[in-house]
Amino acid sequence: MSAFAESEAKETFVLNLGPQHPATHGVLRVKLTMDGEYIAEAEPVLGYIHRMHEKMGENRTWAQFLPNTGRMDYLHALAYNHGYVSVVERAAGIEVPERAEYLRVITAELNRVSSHLLWFGAFILDLGGFSPLLYAFDDREHILDLLESVTGSRLTYCYFRFGGVYNDIDDNFVPGTRAFIKRLRERMPMYHNLVTKNIILMKRLQEVGPISAEMCRKYGATGPVCRGSGINFDVRKHEPYSVYPEFDFDVPVYDQCDSMARYMVRMDEIEQSLRIIEQALDKLPEGPVMAEKVPKILKPAKGDYYHAVETARGSFGVRVVSDGTNTPYRLKLRSPTFSNLSLFGEASQGMLLPDALALMGSLDLVIPEIDR
Amino acid sequence: MHVDPEIIRLLAFLIGVIAFAALNAAYLVWLERKEAAHIQRRIGPKEVGPFGLLQPLVDGIKLMTKQLIVPAGVDPVLFKIAPILVMVPAIMSFVTIPFSDTLVARNLDIGLLAIFAFASVNVLGLLLGAWGSRNKYAVISAARVVSQNVAYEIPMLITVVTLVMISGTMNLSKIVGLQMGGFWNWNILNLSASPLMPIAFLIFFVCMLAETNRAPFDMAEAESELVAGTFTEYSGMGFGVFFMGEYANIVIGASVATILFLGGWDCPFGLFPGVHWFLLKMYFLIFTVIWIRWTYPRTTFYGLLNLSWKILIPISFVNLILTSAMLKVF
Repeated sequence: MSAFAESEAKETFVLNLGPQHPATHGVLRVKLTMDGEYIAEAEPVLGYIHRMHEKMGENRTWAQFLPNTGRMDYLHALAYNHGYVSVVERAAGIEVPERAEYLRVITAELNRVSSHLLWFGAFILDLGGFSPLLYAFDDREHILDLLESVTGSRLTYCYFRFGGVYNDIDDNFVPGTRAFIKRLRERMPMYHNLVTKNIILMKRLQEVGPISAEMCRKYGATGPVCRGSGINFDVRKHEPYSVYPEFDFDVPVYDQCDSMARYMVRMDEIEQSLRIIEQALDKLPEGPVMAEKVPKILKPAKGDYYHAVETARGSFGVRVVSDGTNTPYRLKLRSPTFSNLSLFGEASQGMLLPDALALMGSLDLVIPEIDR
Repeated sequence: MHVDPEIIRLLAFLIGVIAFAALNAAYLVWLERKEAAHIQRRIGPKEVGPFGLLQPLVDGIKLMTKQLIVPAGVDPVLFKIAPILVMVPAIMSFVTIPFSDTLVARNLDIGLLAIFAFASVNVLGLLLGAWGSRNKYAVISAARVVSQNVAYEIPMLITVVTLVMISGTMNLSKIVGLQMGGFWNWNILNLSASPLMPIAFLIFFVCMLAETNRAPFDMAEAESELVAGTFTEYSGMGFGVFFMGEYANIVIGASVATILFLGGWDCPFGLFPGVHWFLLKMYFLIFTVIWIRWTYPRTTFYGLLNLSWKILIPISFVNLILTSAMLKVF
């Protein structure tokens, strides 16, 4: 970049990136003040798909809000299900059968792999490579088929219930999942050979889009974004929930802070998720999938409750305040991408437009989850 | 009534050349879609006609029947003239290309020069279209196109000058004529002229990709960055003509590469030279161009300029000096 001479007089113009733009993957609008092709200032403008999920939660019963959670981050819906049911179970003191927790982990991790695969395809698409998207979708299709057989839907899942899951798995699920794990493990080296080791990709990602650890702490970035900046934080490991402590898995951490580090974190996470699923399938206990005596009308005791889960994009927290009635008094959702996006303005300063878009792609934005 | 046969000949070639350019543009889209589908393990177009072969026809009808929207605030003259400025020079270039020793519309002595002159007009068309449509994305794209072309015409022309020095002519037919008699006579393997000849071909090929704005150098219409680049404001056939011009330019690039390096219509084994060999080599190069597009991600703009100024230009200069030294010594 030093090859370009610094110009003295700054003549800037405003470029509206979005709300409809191929690189924003949704209705995000970024107001860019450009100095030529360099970004002088970037300001994300939100609100184009705001649906008042929090207010909706406060206006309906505890159970009625459940389907909403799958419609925030439509790529990792099950983790959002998981966060909400966990906090309500904590509030109402519901014990979940072990088999149900195992099924939750298996399906949520499968969903995480599908989310990462889609991100992988879309990210390379942002960088101008078309074909990997189709390969990733091919693999993702297998996960969607598996999850469809269990949950009944393919994208906006609502599988978890207070006290368990609503449906037990069928006979084909376990062998099908094992076959899929074997298949994806065989295909991962192909992805690395075709994409990761590509010289153009390496030039575009390495040492481009630095996000320092301080910046992550300042804006509260979590998930692969902070793990790509050398911060070892994963809710599954550090604030364990569900049955995650029973599994042996690593948290991939890279400290290069560039777009490549975030790319590698996600690629490694796919393999770690496969490990978790494999162990969970081995240990899957028999028994009921739904707790007995879950009241039809839930009235959790008065109090303030919080529960965080690790989604594909970072730490998703739900805070509920109950006043002892059948609706929450206050529902607050802490979505990871909102924090991850807020550092974009600072991180992209002085960058070239294509590099900034690579940086934005590496944040893995899902817009309905930012706007909620 | 007496009609000058020269006029009939001219008309026949004009119609032939336009038909060849348009047909190629249409069916290269089909080839591109089929090849991309194959690379991505899909089927591609298959509904319209056998193997989707009528798809380009239907696409053409669709584009022609669409409304040609001229957005408010554009410069209407520049906006409308730009697609034509891209398409016409591309077709004009076909006039000088010898498909075989007899099949050539106009055997110009400055054929090579004419092609490069026409190729430069193409950039002007893109620039005017972007400027006329008053769209920020288009203007950024136009700035990229111009500097990209300036950067890539230098190594390309140096390589071409090297070849002109070897051949001693700019007449494309004569350049091919010097390479007849088997693949060991082709310029790409003309190691006695310069041991760097295979690399020179590579440089020419890379420059051709950059000149025609093909991936991985498709900075000008980088979809994920600049929406559709220069074509952002174009609809219907305005876009269609740009698109056809682009494919016509790819055909020109592949043809010139075939003529300069791969012996034109010459058979690799010295048997039955003819137009079929020319087309075979040309389409193989086009196939490779499409193959590259669907395999690699896009480079960045500074990566592209670095490649040109730091690698391609020095190598092509070394090749030029080496060739002139060899010519002088032997």
